[in-house]
Amino acid sequence: MAGAGPSGKSGKDAAWAPLALPLMLPTWAVIGFFLLLPVLLMVVYSFLTKEFRGGVIWEFSLAAYDQFFISRGLFGDEPASIEWTYIGIFWRSLWQAAVATGLCLLIGFPTAWFIATRPPASRSIWLFLVTIPYWVNLLIRTVSLKFLIRDNGPLNEFLMGIGLTSGPLPLVNTNLAVQLGLFYSYLPFMVLPIYAAVERYNFALSEAAADLYASRWRTLREITLPVVKPGIIAGCLLVFIPSLGAFLAPDLLGGAKTFMIGSLIDEQFKGSQGNWPFGAAISVILMSLVLLSLLFYARAQRSQK
Amino acid sequence: MKGVRHFPGFLAITLVCLIVLYAPLLVVTVYSFNGSTSITQWGGFSWRWYIDVFTGPEAPRFGLAARNSLTIAVLAATAATIIATAASLAMVRGGKFRGRNASFALINLPLMVPEIVTAVAMLIFFTMIGIKTGYGTILIAHIAFCIPFAYLPIAARLQGIEPFYEEAARDLYASRARAFAHVLLPLMAPGVISGWLLAFIISLDDFIITNFVKGAGMETLPTAIFGSVKQGIKPNIMAISTLMLLASASLVTLSWLINRKGQRSP
Repeated sequence: MAGAGPSGKSGKDAAWAPLALPLMLPTWAVIGFFLLLPVLLMVVYSFLTKEFRGGVIWEFSLAAYDQFFISRGLFGDEPASIEWTYIGIFWRSLWQAAVATGLCLLIGFPTAWFIATRPPASRSIWLFLVTIPYWVNLLIRTVSLKFLIRDNGPLNEFLMGIGLTSGPLPLVNTNLAVQLGLFYSYLPFMVLPIYAAVERYNFALSEAAADLYASRWRTLREITLPVVKPGIIAGCLLVFIPSLGAFLAPDLLGGAKTFMIGSLIDEQFKGSQGNWPFGAAISVILMSLVLLSLLFYARAQRSQK
Repeated sequence: MKGVRHFPGFLAITLVCLIVLYAPLLVVTVYSFNGSTSITQWGGFSWRWYIDVFTGPEAPRFGLAARNSLTIAVLAATAATIIATAASLAMVRGGKFRGRNASFALINLPLMVPEIVTAVAMLIFFTMIGIKTGYGTILIAHIAFCIPFAYLPIAARLQGIEPFYEEAARDLYASRARAFAHVLLPLMAPGVISGWLLAFIISLDDFIITNFVKGAGMETLPTAIFGSVKQGIKPNIMAISTLMLLASASLVTLSWLINRKGQRSP
């Protein structure tokens, strides 16, 4: 999250205090009017009635949420039971996002640790190398990954060339491809907060443990990890949240079997087949999941203190 | 005491991490110089796809999309930077004003709401209040979600500037505006410039929100590329990708160098 938080040294530095409100006004006008208000309206919208041509009628309706959670059979005349289609898509998205987060942690933690323990002069260069790809257009990165791992792409040619596989590995359109795509999209989000935590860590604590004959791994597990845990949780959240609502990686690298929330929402706003209140309802459910993750994060942070 | 800092294999994993991050980009860069029309066969080194980007049959479409992307990014980054500079003055130098916590949450809101949800909310909003989607709605959306990215480096920089520079100027009877323009703003410049550059890149990068609020017939570079890639990856896309890759990498390098230089002076 951005610096200058509520805990900033706000007491002493008050030279601009008389102008604080007017200075904040443009931010309130733009983000408040064009983002906060639309999000609130979206919640209202999800409770409206769908019109035939993709619009809405201003009449309260639970139809969108009903469609999401409850099944009444193909013709709507069967007894109500739980609709698994959309819950299934959410479950798959949660799983894909969790695997991607795990992959990022597996590679990101050692990387962040390695960089944070370099001499200060070379640290920023390593860090820079890790962050550059993040600033390259996400669409281009995803397309590049697809080009690399496609059936007759360079990766498969290489693997067959060195005799590791006899035929091309069908990677595209699999869950693994989507997980790789998400991993590739958000890896720097894992590295940066863990790096910040490890860099601040006082290694004298580890040295004390080592002096008392704790092994290196035991020191890492019992002394270091609890201290750098907030960085790890922040990293996991920064990868997990965008992965959950990701659109490009599942859309370009996956197929019908790897359909995720992002594509489901996107579909509701396309052409005359769309269902805007339903799309709004799915967005509201997705946002609630994200808010829950953030609350979990806030609680984990508080229990640290 | 090397022992507690160094773990076997961490260097190897870091290298794996870098290979994973760079391999796809390098492969596409190499293949953008492929002389063959097939993306699988290597037909020798050639500039033909770069020439195709500027003169080929798709050149007008991508040219227009690139112009839209660039003008939107310049306007959105400039507006977001001005708004974020004002906000950082209030947040860092404004003391404990009313609504400070809410303001902080609001600045970060674009980072907390998933992109696709922002996209849906904005589309519904624009449709509801009857604004026709197009260039204007893309621009408004981009300004809104670029603010936190511009704010980040500007506020960080401002926090590092001791208040006494400005106080000295004020003690010498400089008006608030003069002290700001001649003392504080030059000191903040590295943060303001990197804030602008980050906002610019973020705006160029955006696909999802733009795709929702762009309306029919309007294209930016990412939406045009997406439309083309849906029909399969063609060599001219790889040339465009390499050009964009170069542009982003040089802008980030520039921002990094400016920030590093800024950290050395006061």
